[in-house]
Amino acid sequence: MQATIVQAVNEALHGAMERDDRVVVFGEDVAESGGVFRATDELLEEFGSDRVVDTPLSEIAIVGGATGMAMYGYRPVVEIQFSGFLPPAFDQLVTNTSRIRWRTRGELTAPMVVRMPYGAGVRALEHHSESLEGAYAHIPGLKVAVPSTPADTKGLLTAAIRDPDPVLFMEPKRIYRSIREEIPEGDHEVPLGEAAVRREGDAVTVVAWGAMMPPTLEAVDDSGIDAEVIDLRTISPMDTETVVESVKKTGRCVVVHEGPRTLGVGSELVARINDEALMYLEAPIERVTGFDTPVPLLSMEDFYFPHPPRILDGIESALSD
Amino acid sequence: MSDRESDIRAPPATGDDGGGEVRYLSQSDLSVPTHQIVAPDGSYDDGAIPDLDDEELLDLYRWMVTDRVFSRRMVNIQRRGELGTFGSTRGQEASIVGSAFTLRPDDWLYVGRAWTPMFMRGASMKDMILFWRGIEEGQEAFARHNSQIAISIGSHVPLVAGLAWGMQLDDADAVATAYIGDGATSTGAAHEGINLAGALSLPALFFCQNNQYAISLNVEEQTGAKTLAQKALAYGIDAIRVDGQDVLAVYDAVQTARERVKDGKPVFVESVTYRLDAHTTSDDPTRYRDEEEVQEWEAKDPIERYRSFLQSEGLWSRIDHESIVDDIETEFDEALATADELEERRVRELFAHVYDELPSELSRQLEAFEALLEERPEMDDYIEQRPKG
Repeated sequence: MQATIVQAVNEALHGAMERDDRVVVFGEDVAESGGVFRATDELLEEFGSDRVVDTPLSEIAIVGGATGMAMYGYRPVVEIQFSGFLPPAFDQLVTNTSRIRWRTRGELTAPMVVRMPYGAGVRALEHHSESLEGAYAHIPGLKVAVPSTPADTKGLLTAAIRDPDPVLFMEPKRIYRSIREEIPEGDHEVPLGEAAVRREGDAVTVVAWGAMMPPTLEAVDDSGIDAEVIDLRTISPMDTETVVESVKKTGRCVVVHEGPRTLGVGSELVARINDEALMYLEAPIERVTGFDTPVPLLSMEDFYFPHPPRILDGIESALSD
Repeated sequence: MSDRESDIRAPPATGDDGGGEVRYLSQSDLSVPTHQIVAPDGSYDDGAIPDLDDEELLDLYRWMVTDRVFSRRMVNIQRRGELGTFGSTRGQEASIVGSAFTLRPDDWLYVGRAWTPMFMRGASMKDMILFWRGIEEGQEAFARHNSQIAISIGSHVPLVAGLAWGMQLDDADAVATAYIGDGATSTGAAHEGINLAGALSLPALFFCQNNQYAISLNVEEQTGAKTLAQKALAYGIDAIRVDGQDVLAVYDAVQTARERVKDGKPVFVESVTYRLDAHTTSDDPTRYRDEEEVQEWEAKDPIERYRSFLQSEGLWSRIDHESIVDDIETEFDEALATADELEERRVRELFAHVYDELPSELSRQLEAFEALLEERPEMDDYIEQRPKG
């Protein structure tokens, strides 16, 4: 079937709920209205009000409640309406969700998924546009996945729902509806922790994920540079091997991300490449990122996140030394 | 800390007074009155009218009409692509205007869905248009009037407690006010903020517009509480529940509350009203509520009810409704034109005000980006081809 990213979310949720009646979906406006982006459309009609629930406006209770349900044996897949509203529940992620397994020596676990649209570029209000995957990947015990294509969205979300550990599933809302492609029917899983090589090349390795994939591919395709483009897909656990093998081949690397530069995921990638492939590097690794500022309000948000010319500038810098 | 009488630490001296049975403390035992002055049929008791002079009574009407016209115009320009999004306040005019009319310039006001209070406090329509266009100068203008708009629901409630705490320490003749909605009462931040105000006896006023919906969720599904007003009791503060379609009742309730708040006794006011339009222009309310219900509330139009009061008082003859609307439309047109004239904004503004002093790494990022914009003019295409604020 043909689907956009947001439709692929919906398809994965339908499939997971059909296959496993322990899967429950809750969050703000997810049931009756089908979610503000319609990601949970028709779930209420199909699976009923016991399994698809509109919650009060309470992010702490959504994430904390999901954690308790997961400890009890259910598989909650909850929605945080916008990434800017997850911070109140950061406490739950850090204090509880991520460490139930560790604290109980595996006696209890919290297999659950927190889904949320992230990123700038949809002309939303303040607190609707953050890309803080670096902050969430900093929490031990929590997995973080960020799809960039409809097929991967279905596959990664399916894997996340089955995963024995809690997963934060960050959906690139700027490209929710801009890509439509054939997605696999039925039970389709893309394993967490495996990057994908989107384009093979020998000149330079470019690593990106989520909403940064389309501008990265555009920059590479338009330039004619023989770049290898890697879609990281899962931020934590990170597929170091695929990146390192590519860098050993190309000797050059650019990391592209939308979130702030300082202590962003790019910092960790640079460190891992230095650990594993320093002697292969022919130039310093470039980072093309959001700035260390709040995401600007909508009138200036296009200055904030990398567009193809900025990405190309980074690639050319990596090639120039 | 507080001289109030408290039972919280002491068991009753005589033991259980329930005759040996377990007894619930239950909301079903609560009787929560709703304050009203002008009934839906327009009738009222002369003695209940708050102490406002004729000019003030007429101002209430003008501000309510301002609120309605502003919402209509903003929804219209949003549809033309001239705003990012907008949240209309139609139906809530009495609630918004009646409450804000009680506030003084030294008071602090942190609002949720309420824009006209900013105008009442001296900000301009242009400032509000800029805000909805995602231009930072909007909030800057509101800040000059001791006001802010909170976007993240409920997040501002502890801030208001803190503002009130400062007022308490300064012995200021002012109150700090948080406008929240029914949805915000479910947030952790609101619980903690209101409780702090109760615990420290802070001059904080919590004005809750129960407009029945938090996007799609009806207030009956938002909480098991029968009223939002009763939640105040859990924090040890008093509450008033008021008919939010009755501007005089809202004014009376909040004015009365404000006097008490000034003495360090926080009050929670629940104003029962209705959001007639969508949550924002991005929302489609037909997915979650019946047109019939909307019609019922259309019939409880707060402006119509107040008009009938002004007619009964013989004040309606002093109102030229058409010219009031014309003036507001002109004010809006001028504000829009001024907002349109705003100079092209520079990338430097992204980095301004992040800190008092720009750290060296941020300066480096700014300089590198400015150089990139110079070297690669095609950047402008990517930035310009997308729709603006």
